Amino acid sequence: MALQLAAAHLAAIRRHGESDYPQECCGLLLGRFAGERRIVDDVHPMRNANTTSPENRFDFDPKDHLAAQRQARERGLEVVGFYHSHPNHPARPSQYDLEHAAWPGYSYLIVRIQQGRAQEANSYELAEDRSHFIQEPLDAGAAA
Amino acid sequence: MPVKVLIPTPLRQYADRHEAVEVDGHDVGEVLQQLVSAHPQLQGHLYTSEGRLRSFVNIYLNDEDIRYTGQEKTPVRSSDTVSIIPSIAGGSVAAARC
Repeated sequence: MALQLAAAHLAAIRRHGESDYPQECCGLLLGRFAGERRIVDDVHPMRNANTTSPENRFDFDPKDHLAAQRQARERGLEVVGFYHSHPNHPARPSQYDLEHAAWPGYSYLIVRIQQGRAQEANSYELAEDRSHFIQEPLDAGAAA
Repeated sequence: MPVKVLIPTPLRQYADRHEAVEVDGHDVGEVLQQLVSAHPQLQGHLYTSEGRLRSFVNIYLNDEDIRYTGQEKTPVRSSDTVSIIPSIAGGSVAAARC
């Protein structure tokens, strides 16, 4: 699969990561599935509900997540994936990310925030046997 | 009594592409068992091999997390909606192991 999102959506994710630095940011990727592509039509920032170590952990509040899913459904959008930032760490999944991933079929987008400035972003999908992440093409060139 | 179960997008491929499925049951556990009976490929995505709900699977009955309302014994009514919501968490550093 590949993840397709507008440059403006990726810019919004990068700004979210910068504004929440040095804590991790997180959010939902909303859109649709089209053949071998997950297409993002909107991004939905979420509050990082982790109170013990938000500099290197993030959690969605389950109630917030339920409400966001409901809003997306009412707008005719699907949850196609999730994003979060890695402050001062590479944009690749950690073992902790792997241990806390949900089902295969979503995109997991990570952006590195280095000293407060957004750097590279990469997207991954979870292998069917949940043993590892697979990097997927990220097409962020389209206009919104 | 029929209860509507909303199917998360990645799991719809295991539920004949349905966004929602209506199944019978008197409590949430029965509803989920009827769901996986009708769509057996969902079993491994919702339950461990020991038959427990996977740790990242949250079940809501309308607006309430069933962990606080009686777990899978939570009774249902025909107007209810069951939502299957994954826990979403992660982080940049590997978890400390105890």
